[in-house]
Amino acid sequence: MTVMEQRGAYRPTPPPAWQPRTDPAPLLPDALPHRVLGTEAAERVDPELLRRLYAELVRGRRYNAQATALTKQGRLAVYPSSTGQEACEVAAALVLEERDWLFPSYRDTLAAVARGLDPVQALTLLRGDWHTGYDPHEHRIAPLCTPLATQLPHAVGLAHAAHLKGDDVVALALVGDGGTSEGDFHEALNFAAVWRAPVVFLVQNNGFAISVPLDKQTAAPSLAHKAVGYGMPGRLVDGNDAAAVHEVLSDAVAHARAGGGPTLVEAVTYRMEAHTNADDDKRYRGDSEVEAWRAHDPIALLEHELTERGLLDEAGMRAAREDAEAMAADLRERMNQDPALDPMDLFAHVYAQPTTQLLEQEAQLRAELDAEARHHENEHESEGTAR
Amino acid sequence: MTTVALKPATMAQALGRALRDAMADDPTVHVMGEDVGTLGGVFRVTDGLAKEFGEDRVTDTPLAEAGILGTAVGMAMYGLRPVVEMQFDAFAYPAFEQLISHVARMRNRTRGAMPLPITVRVPYGGGIGGVEHHSDSSEAYYIATPGLHVVTPATVADAYGLLRAAIASDDPVVFLEPKRLYWSKDTWNPDEPQAVDPIGRAAVRRHGRSATLITYGPSVPVCMEAAEAARAEGWDLEVVDLRSLVPFDDETVSASVRRTGRAVVVHESGGFGGPGGEIAARVTERCFHYLEAPVLRVAGFDIPYPPPMLERHHLPGVDRILDAVARLQWEAQS
Ligand SMILES: Cc1ncc(C[n+]2csc(CCOP(=O)(O)OP(=O)(O)O)c2C)c(N)n1
Repeated sequence: MTVMEQRGAYRPTPPPAWQPRTDPAPLLPDALPHRVLGTEAAERVDPELLRRLYAELVRGRRYNAQATALTKQGRLAVYPSSTGQEACEVAAALVLEERDWLFPSYRDTLAAVARGLDPVQALTLLRGDWHTGYDPHEHRIAPLCTPLATQLPHAVGLAHAAHLKGDDVVALALVGDGGTSEGDFHEALNFAAVWRAPVVFLVQNNGFAISVPLDKQTAAPSLAHKAVGYGMPGRLVDGNDAAAVHEVLSDAVAHARAGGGPTLVEAVTYRMEAHTNADDDKRYRGDSEVEAWRAHDPIALLEHELTERGLLDEAGMRAAREDAEAMAADLRERMNQDPALDPMDLFAHVYAQPTTQLLEQEAQLRAELDAEARHHENEHESEGTAR
Repeated sequence: MTTVALKPATMAQALGRALRDAMADDPTVHVMGEDVGTLGGVFRVTDGLAKEFGEDRVTDTPLAEAGILGTAVGMAMYGLRPVVEMQFDAFAYPAFEQLISHVARMRNRTRGAMPLPITVRVPYGGGIGGVEHHSDSSEAYYIATPGLHVVTPATVADAYGLLRAAIASDDPVVFLEPKRLYWSKDTWNPDEPQAVDPIGRAAVRRHGRSATLITYGPSVPVCMEAAEAARAEGWDLEVVDLRSLVPFDDETVSASVRRTGRAVVVHESGGFGGPGGEIAARVTERCFHYLEAPVLRVAGFDIPYPPPMLERHHLPGVDRILDAVARLQWEAQS
């Protein structure tokens, strides 16, 4: 008897087993970005932490200015400044324990430096002497990632592996608002939620993906709202409020470490400079918008809080500036030296065991370089005899 | 005969003009990609188009290459002619699934019922000091995928003509734009830009008798320079600019090699598994009895694209080409 023949006997019952989750509320972000500075909540924050954040913000801003200046001198090929976004960068670095991992994208040099990476090593990608100038294991910082959102599944996999091994390690992955449109973002969030991986995703929503504003990027109520569809909490935070970003990320990291699974955090901030030094932001945004954000500057916000409460005086500010200046001077000096490059490095790290064709190519380049060197020597000699 | 006013123009301008003219001529042509609207593209190729044709036809998409190409497939199914921009060579990789699984084979799997007239513009190649992921030469992946045309201009006039031909093609075309040549200038008649030969014809850029340099895209000017330098050594080199890798112009290439009896293939993507191997094999198959020496290849090394400060050691330059030319004196050597 077929189902069709059975018709009269059919009694509808609810579908078996699965029901959609009816209480997504705990996953939904608050209506407004979380703020701490300038509110009563700020009084509960450890003053030492506030001072530490302040010092790192001042250093970060100076770092951005110095790196941008280095592009003008031709010392850096390109620099994507994070001026305006320092609070996110610094908080991302400071909430992690030593054993945790950071997965930055190309704009996140500051986070890497605040985590302890040598400022010069952090710039090799952008200077052009090598793609990644540091050993990722040393500070547990993955290579600065240029293809957008592709580092997110890596962060999930690493966090998952650590969890499988029984290590209470958390991975924090940084991505831009534009990057949330990539397929990898979706896949990473989905894997993370299904595996309950100890990973935190921080979206720095700085308003633009190069020239494209957020409203052309997404129709979601906020980027944090995207979390609910994956079954993880979404949190919205004022990305210029260093204390708030630190608090929200700390909670998310603690949640992940305790086995609670991933969190998606959206920090609402603004990119004050052009996309990179090579970009012309006049083409896609007006001065008034930029100026409005200047009035909500992350350093000024924190400075105001600290001075109001007597936690920072003129001398303290000067000390922070001097420390930043010293860092910048050191960076400038070391970046002004030509890096010593060995062209044979081209072949050194392609395989553990070089292939025969690479060995041939290596020999070819060696011969070319030797010939070049002999040529230069001869030139010098003939110059010498002429004199 | 009227004389035409030739003016200097860059390849980027000619490409922009081709897009503009194609859109003006055919209302089904749509341009889409990251930053192609307000900004005019990161290389300014689409500058001014959004203003002229509106956001519905020149669209800043969300940042998602698979999405850009995947939606273009659907648009083409519905009768539009999408021209999509991939911002840089290595950022086209997320779209490979759509390209290989759908774009390249839709005509075939529907027995011809559903052709996809999509043009995928990909700025490619090195030599501009770009950081990692901004300098790949990915042509080997494209030419290994049946169902795609793969073309790449080396001159301002070809940039215009080939792009018009690509957009007019009823098959998908991967249109590789040599970044290094975007700002190269040529005299060109912007008032009456000319169509070129249909896709699939190579051009002899320089006539010569002692050997043929077979090349394309960013390596064409390098080969022209090498041919000039070779004169001092007594070599009179012919330079063939393929312009199209798929379809491949066996006729022009074989005719040239039969005249000269010697050939070197030059490109900057890696040699192992690269286009040069295919080209050398075809030339050998067709010209074996005319060859005085094996067909040689001068290519980039088989390494991930190096950081900018080392890229000059990787890119095939004049010296490496001249060395290969010297090795063509096969009999003298053996
Ligand atoms: C897969 C991929 N596509 C395109 C690019 C080129 N690109 C570099 S940065 C950028 C915009 C990124 O915007 P967003 O994610 O908001 O980060 P932000 O630059 O604002 O920090 C684009 C399109 C890329 N790096 N990777």
